[in-house]
Amino acid sequence: MEPYTWTLHEARAKLDAGDISAVELTASLLYRIEQVEPQVLAYNCVAPELVEAQAEAADHLIHDGKAGPLTGLGIALKDNMITQDLPTTCSARLLEGFVSPTDGTIAAKLKEAGSVVMGKTNMDEFAMGSSTENSATEATRNPWDLNRAPGGSSGGSAAAVAADLCLAALGSDTGGSIRQPASLCGVVGMKPTYGRVSRYGLVAFASSLDQIGPLTKDVEDAALLLNAVSGNDPLDSTSSKREAPDFMDGLKDGVAGMRIGVPKEYFIDGTDPAVLTAVQSAIQQMTKLGAEIVEISLPHTPYAVSTYYLIATAEASSNLARFDGVRYGNRVDNGGDLLAMYMATREAGFGPEVKRRIMLGTYALSAGYYDAYYKKAQQVRSLIAQDLTEAFEQVDVLLTPTSPTGAFKLGERTADPLKMYLSDIYTISANLAGVPAISQPCGLDGNGVPIGLQFIGRSFDEASVLKAAWAFENATDFHTARPAL
Amino acid sequence: MEYNVVIGLEVHCQLSTRTKIFCGCSPVFGAEPNRQTCPICLGHPGVLPVLNRAVVHAGIMAGLATHCEIRSPNVFSRKHYFYPDLPKGYQISQYDKPICEHGHLEILVDGETKRIGLTRIHMEEDAGKNMHEGLDGVSHVDLNRAGVPLLEAVSEPDLRSPEEAVAYLKKMRNIVIYLGICDGNMERGNLRCDANISLRPKGQKEFGTKVEMKNMNSFRFLRQALEYEIKRQTQVLNEGGTIVQETRLWDAKRGVTESMRGKEMAHDYRYLPEPDLAPVMISDDWIEQVKKELPELPDDKRNRFESEYGLSLYDADVLTSTRELADYYEQTVKAFDKAPKTTCNWVMGELMGRLNEDGTSIDACPMSPAQLAGLVAAIEDGTISGKIAKTVFAKLFGTDQTAMQVIEAEGLVQESDPTAIDAMITPVLDANTDKVAAYLGGKDKLFGFFVGQVMKASKGQANPQLVNERLKALLASRG
Repeated sequence: MEPYTWTLHEARAKLDAGDISAVELTASLLYRIEQVEPQVLAYNCVAPELVEAQAEAADHLIHDGKAGPLTGLGIALKDNMITQDLPTTCSARLLEGFVSPTDGTIAAKLKEAGSVVMGKTNMDEFAMGSSTENSATEATRNPWDLNRAPGGSSGGSAAAVAADLCLAALGSDTGGSIRQPASLCGVVGMKPTYGRVSRYGLVAFASSLDQIGPLTKDVEDAALLLNAVSGNDPLDSTSSKREAPDFMDGLKDGVAGMRIGVPKEYFIDGTDPAVLTAVQSAIQQMTKLGAEIVEISLPHTPYAVSTYYLIATAEASSNLARFDGVRYGNRVDNGGDLLAMYMATREAGFGPEVKRRIMLGTYALSAGYYDAYYKKAQQVRSLIAQDLTEAFEQVDVLLTPTSPTGAFKLGERTADPLKMYLSDIYTISANLAGVPAISQPCGLDGNGVPIGLQFIGRSFDEASVLKAAWAFENATDFHTARPAL
Repeated sequence: MEYNVVIGLEVHCQLSTRTKIFCGCSPVFGAEPNRQTCPICLGHPGVLPVLNRAVVHAGIMAGLATHCEIRSPNVFSRKHYFYPDLPKGYQISQYDKPICEHGHLEILVDGETKRIGLTRIHMEEDAGKNMHEGLDGVSHVDLNRAGVPLLEAVSEPDLRSPEEAVAYLKKMRNIVIYLGICDGNMERGNLRCDANISLRPKGQKEFGTKVEMKNMNSFRFLRQALEYEIKRQTQVLNEGGTIVQETRLWDAKRGVTESMRGKEMAHDYRYLPEPDLAPVMISDDWIEQVKKELPELPDDKRNRFESEYGLSLYDADVLTSTRELADYYEQTVKAFDKAPKTTCNWVMGELMGRLNEDGTSIDACPMSPAQLAGLVAAIEDGTISGKIAKTVFAKLFGTDQTAMQVIEAEGLVQESDPTAIDAMITPVLDANTDKVAAYLGGKDKLFGFFVGQVMKASKGQANPQLVNERLKALLASRG
């Protein structure tokens, strides 16, 4: 097998055994990028010289016996994580060419660990979307079917992992933006508990929902990458002071006696029968592995999507106010006054979906509407979180589909934003409640593209989520299927 | 028609913390433009604010000093508007859950104390500054001030005249300076004030339509602007017009207020609880600790000056009107440890007069408390007379000598030897035998003439009390 196909843990073993150098491993990935990237369009930016320099530095660390778990491993970053040596554009015209004067915490942690940052991956503009079609550059293609979308907004990261353009990637998840593209691209994607991973350096979409997490080829890799990025950060006041455990501990202990809840509200009309079938067999699989399946109810689930689109857009309208063309970004100066400059800059700099959400959010926060929309949404958010808290008194994790369908065709949903918003119906509650959730492959649909299985866990109990996912993966071989490229 | 004036003030105090409110930059005034900035206070993509604990500490101090309730948890909110000096497109401020609420402070106007309610005090970040002057057709932005911590104190509409408003602002300034949390320099914008003012017909309960006034960066401007606005609103109402709810700017050069924006142009700030900052928890222990650290506040100091030094309410109020003046007075009293009233007279009279004349403030006073105490001591022990003391003061001011050194060098020691005094009196009486006779004949008023002549002969150095005594005796001896 080519080195670019390896998982993180496989590559770690080979590097540590001296079977391959970081420079050779990286060369394999760069070769793969050269061959496949033009079809997949997963990256906004790859800088081969930088990649090679990092690989050389990693080899020195390995040689000196100073290698950590990620040293020498090629990892891609979603293009909304600020980096000093590569542009950070959020796939927005407004930030085209923008280079941050500083690294975010996660980029800094990866550097410190000696890993090789392969490049910055494509995304829906400012992480708003579920298909990566809302990118100011071209849409990323699903490696399983180049006519289909990879999901979003971390579609570039998911496609890069699926197409072996990196060993693993980091994405961000506000309403499903890691898990839904992971599901559509047949890889593992995890959203940790809100506060587990620092948001310092993540360009904010909806601050109370955003969370950085891993996209990997298997569950063990998810645990390894999560280990590397977790933990309190004094630069992020919302990052938890809880000490992060070693997520490798107990990962392979199995699920005998684990109580798994199946919420009936997650198996509704509009979900592809192939998805339902795949998830049903996953439930049987978990029973076989010794887990106890409990049917439960999360009664406020039907309100999750509308609640989410009020809170997320309100926060987005605020977070995106700084993009005014004054200090950075592409200013459009048409010779008019200040207001004219603001309007021309934002008119030209933002795409239609971003504008739509800024308008929705501005409306929801306006005088006279705040109580009816934003405040009400926050109240419903508490009810949704309470549903989950009560469910976790009965069960250890929940099992659900990740997305109602497999990958859809490019352009199929762009004309109908509401239909696009429903792509996130099963992933949004975890963001609203701040709890951890993972998506992993559990089959292929009638179009031959992947189906995702989701486990949701208690706050700060990523360990149970990972344990359940690893047990399923270990008993099946869905994760070994690779797209033919 | 006669109107009642209703005024409320919003006072912004820049805090003298070591770093800005949400990042590690220096907040110190006067640096080259944009030198004290970082990605956080520049509002770069991806960065996050981290609250400076010293700002919360200062907020608790201000709240306790003004009898507020300290709210825990209190919450930061985003206040949105677009302006080039506001990097994030929102100001991180506090909205419905501020750190301090329901306080009050007391002002002294025309010898009467009055309690003024404080609605709230909240923490927020300052904005930068747009610069237009000297630039041809372009504007620049200086963001050194962006993120400098502010406390904003909002009063109840309890003020009823420009005098009360000025007294309130002085008191507020005094309190934050006493607390050591703000320099209170209004010229530099270190302390700023906005006013809400409305008129209502005498006897009417409901408030009239209020006008918000900005840009009054001195006590004088505040008074002038309010006086102008009272006249303007009175005229509008008397002519049957109505007051428009608006924001008006004080134009100090022209001495008028001018409309800045009307109600219809008022911002909708779209307040949003700040999701990047956790609610601020303040433990009872923290509050107790701050209570212990609180310095003596202006009102307490004034009361103590009254009782400990036997000063009048007025004198005590003037002396405690700034922490520096109060400290100066107390150091002077302690250096001599006697005569607090004489010391008070000298500080408030001769010293303040001289400082005003020179345009100097008490903290830059060239005369040390020890020097002034030496002068007061010389008066009290009879070394010099009060009159001579003024001469000594003038010669002493600005030198590093002691009062006694000046007195001795100038030969100004008071003559208190009865024999020497007699030796001065005798020639005066001998030269004015006619007046002596007239005095002895019943013209008592002539006594003053003899005193004057003797003092003149002594060049003012004769002890006046002794001159009186000896003169009476020697005149009587000629009868």
